[in-house]
Amino acid sequence: MNPTLVRWLQAPSIIVLFLWMIVPLSMTIYFSTIRYNLFYPERTGFVGLQNYEFFWTDAAFFPALLNTLILVGSVLVITIVLGLAIAILIDRPFRGRGIARVMLISPFFIMPTVSALVWKNMMMDPNNGLFAAFANALGFTPIEWLQSVPLLSIIIMVSWQWTPFAILIFMTSLQSQDQEQKEAATLDGAGFWAQFFNLTLPHLARPISIVLLIQMIFHLSIFAEIFVTTSGGPGVSSTNLTYLIYIQSQQAFDVGVASAGGVFAIILANIVAIFLIRAVGKTLTV
Amino acid sequence: MTDKQLKTLKNRLAVAGAWIAACIFFFPIFWMVLTSFKTEAQAIAVPPLLFFEPTLDNYLEIQERTNYTKFAINSVITAFGGTAIALLIAIPSAYAMAFNTTKYTKDILMWMLSTKMLPAVGVLMPIYLLAQNLNIFDTKILLVVIYALMNLPIVMLILFNYFREIPKEILEASRMDGTSTYNEIRQIVMPLAWGGIASTALLSIILCWNEAFWSIVLTTTEASTLTAFVASFQAPEGLFWAKVSAVSTLACAPIVVFGWLAQKQLVQGLTFGAVK
Amino acid sequence: MKSLRNTALGLTLGVAGASMASMASAGELTIATVNNGHMIEMQKLTPVFEEANPGITVNWVTLDEGTLRSRVTTDITTRGGQFDIMTIGMYEAPIWGERGWLQALEFGEDYNVDDILPAMRNGLSHDGNLYAAPFYGESSMIMYRKDLLDAAGMTMPDNPSWGHVADAAAAMTDKDNGVYGICLRGKPGWGDNMAFLTTMANSFGAQWFNEDWTPALDSAAWNHAVHFYVDLLNNYGPPGSSGNSFNEILALINEGKCGMWIDATIAASFVSNPDQSQVADVIAFAQSPQAVTTRGANWLWAWSLAIPAGTNQAEDAQKFIEWATSADYIELVAETNGWGAVPTGTRQSTYDNPNFQDAAVFADAELAAILSADPENSTQNPSPYVGVQFAAIPEFQAIGTAVGQQMSAALAGDVTVEEALEAAQEAADREMRKAGYY
Repeated sequence: MNPTLVRWLQAPSIIVLFLWMIVPLSMTIYFSTIRYNLFYPERTGFVGLQNYEFFWTDAAFFPALLNTLILVGSVLVITIVLGLAIAILIDRPFRGRGIARVMLISPFFIMPTVSALVWKNMMMDPNNGLFAAFANALGFTPIEWLQSVPLLSIIIMVSWQWTPFAILIFMTSLQSQDQEQKEAATLDGAGFWAQFFNLTLPHLARPISIVLLIQMIFHLSIFAEIFVTTSGGPGVSSTNLTYLIYIQSQQAFDVGVASAGGVFAIILANIVAIFLIRAVGKTLTV
Repeated sequence: MTDKQLKTLKNRLAVAGAWIAACIFFFPIFWMVLTSFKTEAQAIAVPPLLFFEPTLDNYLEIQERTNYTKFAINSVITAFGGTAIALLIAIPSAYAMAFNTTKYTKDILMWMLSTKMLPAVGVLMPIYLLAQNLNIFDTKILLVVIYALMNLPIVMLILFNYFREIPKEILEASRMDGTSTYNEIRQIVMPLAWGGIASTALLSIILCWNEAFWSIVLTTTEASTLTAFVASFQAPEGLFWAKVSAVSTLACAPIVVFGWLAQKQLVQGLTFGAVK
Repeated sequence: MKSLRNTALGLTLGVAGASMASMASAGELTIATVNNGHMIEMQKLTPVFEEANPGITVNWVTLDEGTLRSRVTTDITTRGGQFDIMTIGMYEAPIWGERGWLQALEFGEDYNVDDILPAMRNGLSHDGNLYAAPFYGESSMIMYRKDLLDAAGMTMPDNPSWGHVADAAAAMTDKDNGVYGICLRGKPGWGDNMAFLTTMANSFGAQWFNEDWTPALDSAAWNHAVHFYVDLLNNYGPPGSSGNSFNEILALINEGKCGMWIDATIAASFVSNPDQSQVADVIAFAQSPQAVTTRGANWLWAWSLAIPAGTNQAEDAQKFIEWATSADYIELVAETNGWGAVPTGTRQSTYDNPNFQDAAVFADAELAAILSADPENSTQNPSPYVGVQFAAIPEFQAIGTAVGQQMSAALAGDVTVEEALEAAQEAADREMRKAGYY
């Protein structure tokens, strides 16, 4: 292809995404430097970094930052490990595999709000929930999931939803693995783990990178699960940055501070991105 | 135990493990569907009921209260529309990048991904005000455009990877035969990448379908999707477990069935059919 | 600059955008409402209104409470004009009315505005103008299991003290059989745990703000109240209280797991309904408990219909509101579903109606609770704000939610009551300082 054509083909996606980024971003940055509370339209004017300072000095800011990182980190580890394990389990043919596969990937199609409602009310409720019923039947005291381990509860919900995504990607990649190579390795006496580390894992390097990247993007802005189940509490133990910004923008209606929070979130996302993307991004390109 | 016996045992254990995992993952969905056929009193019964006389009351009440079809149609239009536009923009770009990779390609892709990291609540006001000023508030077009832009980076990334898997030799061979770029894409690349495009589209459709933030904030009556339908039944004053289960079942069923049906396509896409 | 940005986005959005804009056509009312039972009934009865007013059709936008609130607030503060009628509460009406975002409502003779309970009218007015018409109203009261209390050899006076309630909770608790003496809200949120906890604190002599608008959460009264609340729920409450709000507790009480529940009077119609409650025939009612003062012990709330100032269909909107909040509408619901199902808490005439008195076992207790609530004087000491379970200032949502999170942390045992109140005071102080109160 000639370079001009290449440029023309690439241009549309770059241009629209640039606009999609720059227009809201510049408005957000602009809003973050002015006095802008929807309830006080008469109060205006440039305030410098005051909004940032307000957001930064919120006692909930560092816990929220930490929660965001814990949430993203644990969900990534859980979904990739579980996803790999299950994908390997269903790699070999067995009767009814199609049905098992459908059952395994279904949670990914469920809306986050719906998943949160189901988990909160029907699974984790310490009085009416199924977990409590099991615990009682076995003679244990039911765990008060959303009260004692709120962040873990959220991690479980999100992992339930996203492990299927990892399974889906890994499962299909495994099928393109070179079977002859595997058989040869077996004949050479290579055990399961040796095969796993020497053949399977390298083969899955790229799918793992894709799963990591896509999930990281979605998990940095988890909202529905928190909004529906814990409202960020008890205390701020399940508040993440997105939820903190939500409170500023939809409860205080302070666009200035919420925008400052938004800029913080963008910075955080890009820091994470630089580390993680640089690490896994290698497998994605030349 | 002989080696063969050991192998059979291991196989059986693996199959058992697969089924256990499948049952655990599917169970909440099964339970949700089951609850949708209970009365509100049965839904909160302790210990939870597995056997009961099913009722259709919840579904009938939903039917009476809201227009499910309208929400569902809006969901279909916005999810497919957003995906179509994203693909239309992404296919030529990803193709061009995959076959003419430069030292900037990776940076461009990573920059594209970084646009996904703007938390929606952080840019709520800009988008909201723009939609108002442009007079496109509460239109399907607005949602289609937002969904397309929202998924474009991911669609780009995945397609880029698919296109890169296509062996360059095939293309070079055809180029030597003097095939034009247009025909090259149409006759060689598309057939090879078709599965990949289909699976990317499927992923994008699912993400659009389940998008709850923009669809609620930017619509009122005309363009509301099924996520708004769910929000109208979520946590009202009074018991709602059974009703919300029925609503959720209705809202998720189309996409789950679609996902199941398209599974073959998806698997093919991710494995590149005959290429490997 | 603004137009430049718009042009840029306009390009991205494609050319089709502007022409596809959805303009509300004449005679079409768009009404935003919350998904509570009474509003669902109103939607079902809408054809009656449409038949009586040819040329007007009604579009409903139904959302859950939290989503609706942020949705309509965003719309009205940006003058979006998406809705012709909004369902708002007693918190929004005076604030929005003061800012000129709502049209003042003027009703004709037939409407009989004086029939609306004075507490409701006051709470929805600013400067003598009524800005929203109450569709249904509620206060809070005790709902308790008479069978359990009888078995414990105790009685419940009409106006119990908190001490008595604690004794009763202790007597009714039977954890081995899964019966908890008292269930109270714990899920963080200004409309969730703080709605209840504020009324409790009021009766302990506490208040949100001092006369100079400084937050008063560091007072001894708050400390006393929150300690009492945390101890009560830890000793006699169900597990997982810090995640419970109205619906969770309703499920518990209907399953026979709670001895007492202090919450919205609207709950009375659910717990006394044998179709969904196992304890329908043993539930009795009393007024919210008091401690050092009788003021502010029970809350006051009205879901109301208001007209945003920007709408160009004010006339039709007014017609609809007159219809939906009239005594005739209440009769219409009674004819359709019986007097037990009518929206309550708004009109004296409802409570005077013998049919209603027969159908609603909770009628007397509810009316007494509503009549005793006074949003203007809800605290023992003078306070600068209006509202019983909230302070009607724009900053309150954020403050209430931040404080609510701290209270739920104290309830969960993550922090001490002192630490929670200190953090709450600091959070409230920050918001008030930022808003420029002092």
